[in-house]
Amino acid sequence: MHLLNDLWFVLVAVLFIGFFFLEGFDFGVGMSTKLLARTDGERRVLINSIGPFWDANEVWLITAGGAMFAAFPNWYATLFSGYYTPLVFLLLALIGRGVAFEFRGKVKNETWKKTWDWVIFLGSLLPPLLLGVVFAGLIKGLPIDAQMEMKAGLFDMVNGYTLVGGLTVVMLCLVHGLMFTTLRTVGDLQVRARKLGQMLLIPLGVLLAVFGIMTYTMTDVFEVRGGILAAVGVVGLIAFLLSGYFMKIKKDGWAFGMTGAVIVLSVASVFIGLFPRVMISSIDQAFNLTIDNAASGAYSLKVMTIVALTMLPFVLGYQIWSYFVFHKRVHEKEHLEY
Amino acid sequence: MDAVFLARLQFASTTIFHFIFVPISIGLALTIAIMQTMYVVKGKEEYRRMAKFWGKLFLINFAVGVVTGILQEFQFGMNWSNYSRFVGDVFGAPLAIEALLAFFLESTFIGLWIFGWDRLSKKVHLLCIWLVSIGTIISAFWILLANSFMQRPVGFQIQNGRAEMNDFWALVTNGQLLVEFPHTVLGAFATGAFLITGISAYKLLKRQDVQFFKKSFHIAIIIGLISSVGVALWGHQQAQYLIHTQPMKMAASEALWGKSGDPAGWTVIASIDPKKQENGFELQIPYLLSFLSYSKFSGEVKGMLELQAEYEATYGPGNYIPPVRTTFWSFRIMVGAGSLMILFGLYGTFLAWRKKLEQPNKWFMRLMVFGISLPFIGNTFGWIMTEIGRQPWTVFGLMRTEDSISPSVSAGQVLFSVIAFSTIYLILAIILVYLFIKVIRKGPNAPDDHHDEHSHDPFDQVVKEEKQHALT
Repeated sequence: MHLLNDLWFVLVAVLFIGFFFLEGFDFGVGMSTKLLARTDGERRVLINSIGPFWDANEVWLITAGGAMFAAFPNWYATLFSGYYTPLVFLLLALIGRGVAFEFRGKVKNETWKKTWDWVIFLGSLLPPLLLGVVFAGLIKGLPIDAQMEMKAGLFDMVNGYTLVGGLTVVMLCLVHGLMFTTLRTVGDLQVRARKLGQMLLIPLGVLLAVFGIMTYTMTDVFEVRGGILAAVGVVGLIAFLLSGYFMKIKKDGWAFGMTGAVIVLSVASVFIGLFPRVMISSIDQAFNLTIDNAASGAYSLKVMTIVALTMLPFVLGYQIWSYFVFHKRVHEKEHLEY
Repeated sequence: MDAVFLARLQFASTTIFHFIFVPISIGLALTIAIMQTMYVVKGKEEYRRMAKFWGKLFLINFAVGVVTGILQEFQFGMNWSNYSRFVGDVFGAPLAIEALLAFFLESTFIGLWIFGWDRLSKKVHLLCIWLVSIGTIISAFWILLANSFMQRPVGFQIQNGRAEMNDFWALVTNGQLLVEFPHTVLGAFATGAFLITGISAYKLLKRQDVQFFKKSFHIAIIIGLISSVGVALWGHQQAQYLIHTQPMKMAASEALWGKSGDPAGWTVIASIDPKKQENGFELQIPYLLSFLSYSKFSGEVKGMLELQAEYEATYGPGNYIPPVRTTFWSFRIMVGAGSLMILFGLYGTFLAWRKKLEQPNKWFMRLMVFGISLPFIGNTFGWIMTEIGRQPWTVFGLMRTEDSISPSVSAGQVLFSVIAFSTIYLILAIILVYLFIKVIRKGPNAPDDHHDEHSHDPFDQVVKEEKQHALT
């Protein structure tokens, strides 16, 4: 029975890791439409480079939410009701962003396009920021009472630590997105994406270091899982340095892989630090939500395990295939859908 | 305004809004898949243009359907955390499975379909739109499975103070699901079909692209007729099913306070007084309610007062009568819209079959344009009847609506989100209608929007026209 709780904790973690790895780059590309692109043509190339993928990438988040609901209903209930207002903003951002891709090119009018460009930019910036704040809050601990209700004030949710967490995720996504751009575009745009990526490695490194130090001093996760987190940190540092190296020697695929690895390790360390807790109560350790008291019954977990393990190979298979189909680089001169 | 009221308002408004676009997506995906199949089989360019033209509307609509769907999933945890805790063990599973089985399928293959016209072989590309269509239907299945559990909870036991799943197969074969799923999905097919016939009728009236819209009308009206008839058949099944499982909902939808008498007459219209718990004026068709309930011309149907007494004995004191007027009129509006759809479908099919679409019958074509609204009216009021008629329960017999909300969320927070989402939804609706009209005006021969054509060079225009010729 315990085994299934562990497995579903890992599956939820994997879904969030997949989400940040995949949607991470399309958030980054979305931000690049303002930070990197200079002309409307370049903006369109950027949007088209993620065109076939972003929707499926977002489904990783929806599936993560669904898996949380099904496997750990109390986690889902406490987290989603507790973080009510940030989630309203997250949803508004995702709603705007999703339609912006489709609507942007439909009317030939400068104001129209500029408006949707802003929606794409903010819609790509806000979700990683908000989710970063939320995840940092998870490991710092939140006021959760004996009834599993989280009654958090503004400063429980938004404070120095969680803000650094949010900014780190934004920067991670941006650099990761720039690396994706080097893979999917050609010419000047590609060169500039690589350059900006290289430049942003410094602030990203600083943010990661500050967040690491704050985590060490302000949370208990190193007390609980110090050894393994240190190991993950070392591997993360190596991946981070390698990403810089590969950018320099213009091995874009490898650089993209390394920024992805940094994302994977960062998100994974959040879940490693939490385990076997899913939410930490700042009021009393006894009120922590864990993979036991937050979980569904054994039968329900068993059913879902069977469904998930049967379907996952297919799901992964056709998603990988879709990346293979659209492996060609996007040109300004060819047919652009968006 | 208290939090329960606001949370209910939010659920009602966001769900109704979401369910405007979902049936369009389900219906259009199927119709487009059929059109594209005809293209691949017959090789005629016209079918390809059909798939592309209706595909444009589909994609605009799909975007809105998807983004408003994310809120639906989040809403249970945000506004209804007590509900989520109590039934998450059972209710969460279908949502997770829906995401895994349907959302990934739809979102991946829609990307492949949009961007794959030139990159995939004809057959593989055709497979993509079929997989999108299948994805929309699978999605409907799992979400209706979750809803069916709320209507008729099965496959669980109460343990550790909550509902825990103990029989997954019972959930999949829930009798409620077996009548609700075909009824709803066929309604969605009809929605897409009536949208296409309505737009085609408008274009035929204007005598624009006559061949193109005649064909589109022809294909869609057949789908519209078959599915409308199916909707009615399964609607009837569902009503008979409800008599056994949720008699209060049926009694409310008939505004039946006391015993019906045997045989029972069907009330066409009534002036209902929920305070006095009686009807002032009633217009009845004798025998019909008995027939609708039991497929024979005899048999009594229980009224609300009798059921109220029964429920009090079972569940303790409380008011178990749902808002009667809303349930009663929603039912009639739904049935009325559905009946008109069948009539329109019959006559439209007759015209198409007799090849009379060329010189269209003007008044009928105008009716078909108005007919676009019918499935939306039917879908919306159908859901209102289903959900309002279940009150005061969120899960029938298990959990009341007032006990389902999030204790840690304030009314102010909910009010803020109600305002935020209503505003953004209103904006989305306006833009969507605007874009629809724009695409429809341009018609199937318009060059792709996405190619920027700022040039006013007259020669440029000639080149474009030649291109179109080459296409047709």
